[in-house]
Amino acid sequence: MDFQFFLSLICGIFIGGVAGFLGTLMLSKRMALVAGPLGHLTLPGIALALIYGFDVSLGAFPFVILGIILIWLFEIKTKLPMEALTAIVFALGVAIAFLFLPIEKAERALVGDITKVSFGETIITAILCLFIFLIIKKIYSQMVLINISEDLAKAEGINVKKYNFVYLFCIAIIVALGVKMVGGLLTAALVAIPAASSRNLSKNLFQYTLLAKVFGGISSILGILFFKITGLPAGPLIIIVSGLIFLISMIFKR
Amino acid sequence: MKENLILKVKNLNVKLDGQDIIKDLSFEVKEGDVLTILGPNGAGKTVLLKTLLGILPYQGEIFWKPKIKIGYVPQRLPFIKDIPLNVKEFFELKGISKQKAKEILNLVGLKKDFLNKKIGDLSSGQFQRILIAWALSKDPDVLLFDEPTTGIDIAGQKTIYHLLKELKEKRNLTIFMVTHDLSVVYKFSNFVICLNKCPICQGTPKEILSPEILEKLYGHEVKFYEHHRH
Repeated sequence: MDFQFFLSLICGIFIGGVAGFLGTLMLSKRMALVAGPLGHLTLPGIALALIYGFDVSLGAFPFVILGIILIWLFEIKTKLPMEALTAIVFALGVAIAFLFLPIEKAERALVGDITKVSFGETIITAILCLFIFLIIKKIYSQMVLINISEDLAKAEGINVKKYNFVYLFCIAIIVALGVKMVGGLLTAALVAIPAASSRNLSKNLFQYTLLAKVFGGISSILGILFFKITGLPAGPLIIIVSGLIFLISMIFKR
Repeated sequence: MKENLILKVKNLNVKLDGQDIIKDLSFEVKEGDVLTILGPNGAGKTVLLKTLLGILPYQGEIFWKPKIKIGYVPQRLPFIKDIPLNVKEFFELKGISKQKAKEILNLVGLKKDFLNKKIGDLSSGQFQRILIAWALSKDPDVLLFDEPTTGIDIAGQKTIYHLLKELKEKRNLTIFMVTHDLSVVYKFSNFVICLNKCPICQGTPKEILSPEILEKLYGHEVKFYEHHRH
């Protein structure tokens, strides 16, 4: 096993697993689709990173923050449904990115590339993922209660605004890391699919979160493995494996 | 505050989206009272409960007796079935141990094997009991109860009120409830507040449940027949 392949696997397992874990909260808050527009909005940032040769996640991050502020404003200021936001932001993100993104770099921006990740990037990715994992674990009970009913959570003395802020912060980091692996187009799938598969098979919260992490991790491992065998792009392969797991979970749905 | 008063509300005003929902409401609640909040849909009953809980902004004065613990049973929790969650985990969300959950389930008449049942698989009557148990699990002094029997069949409703009555006696609870069920008000409650954007009246059920007041409250003639026992 060569070292580069090993680094890709480490990154994949960490990002996939934590994205799956976070997805279990997003799915129940009906926010899984929000990762979509967030991912798309990162495209100009990814384009800048690719042109000037710095880390893709770093380029994506300010745009994710922008996206989160947009979503927050959207929710407060308008009564438009989330789908409208998805459509608007998606188109804007792609349009702006392609104003200056050289076409030969488009594939990497759209569907990511984890297979050339460096040692330093791997370390940073692992540390960030671990950090986000611990935060999610810490806020999980309160977030589930907020997802069930904000009133009930407030009646229990939970500061809903504070928790939502921390939660959005976690989403921002995971999306920024996710675009490195599967690109601006596919990041939503990274959080949505493992959680959806897991929900099909779980009868309690413990199984739900455990399976989502496992499915996220396994999808990455198999996707990167198939890249190694076939030479096809790893990002799409990871998502396709994840989709296949979802189809299988439908068969065994409880 | 007088010795046995648990809550004093004075000149309460609640506005939501620029609309007056509650206007100039004043009332007092004593320890052990069963207070009913009555009124047509949209009258602000749920808003009043939420305001008392401190969830909504208001003007006026709300004085709870110091160090009082409040349990809240919401009207509906439509999103809870989207989450794979069993009863034990539902209690753990607010830090209640398995042992404590077991005891409290017993109190509302559910066996301990309910701990491992998925919330989504419960009947509406069982779920309502779980919600009551959940609200009681930190040993509150006051229970705020929003439409205790929505979506529960008549047999189920009877047992829910029976249960409330029993719990009130066992735990010396003060209960606030929103309901449309006038027969329950008559049998179970000792103080009634009628809401229809502005306070219309308050008093004991005998005083309130007159055709004149009910007509004023609901805007048309409402007949109340006291049910005969079978």
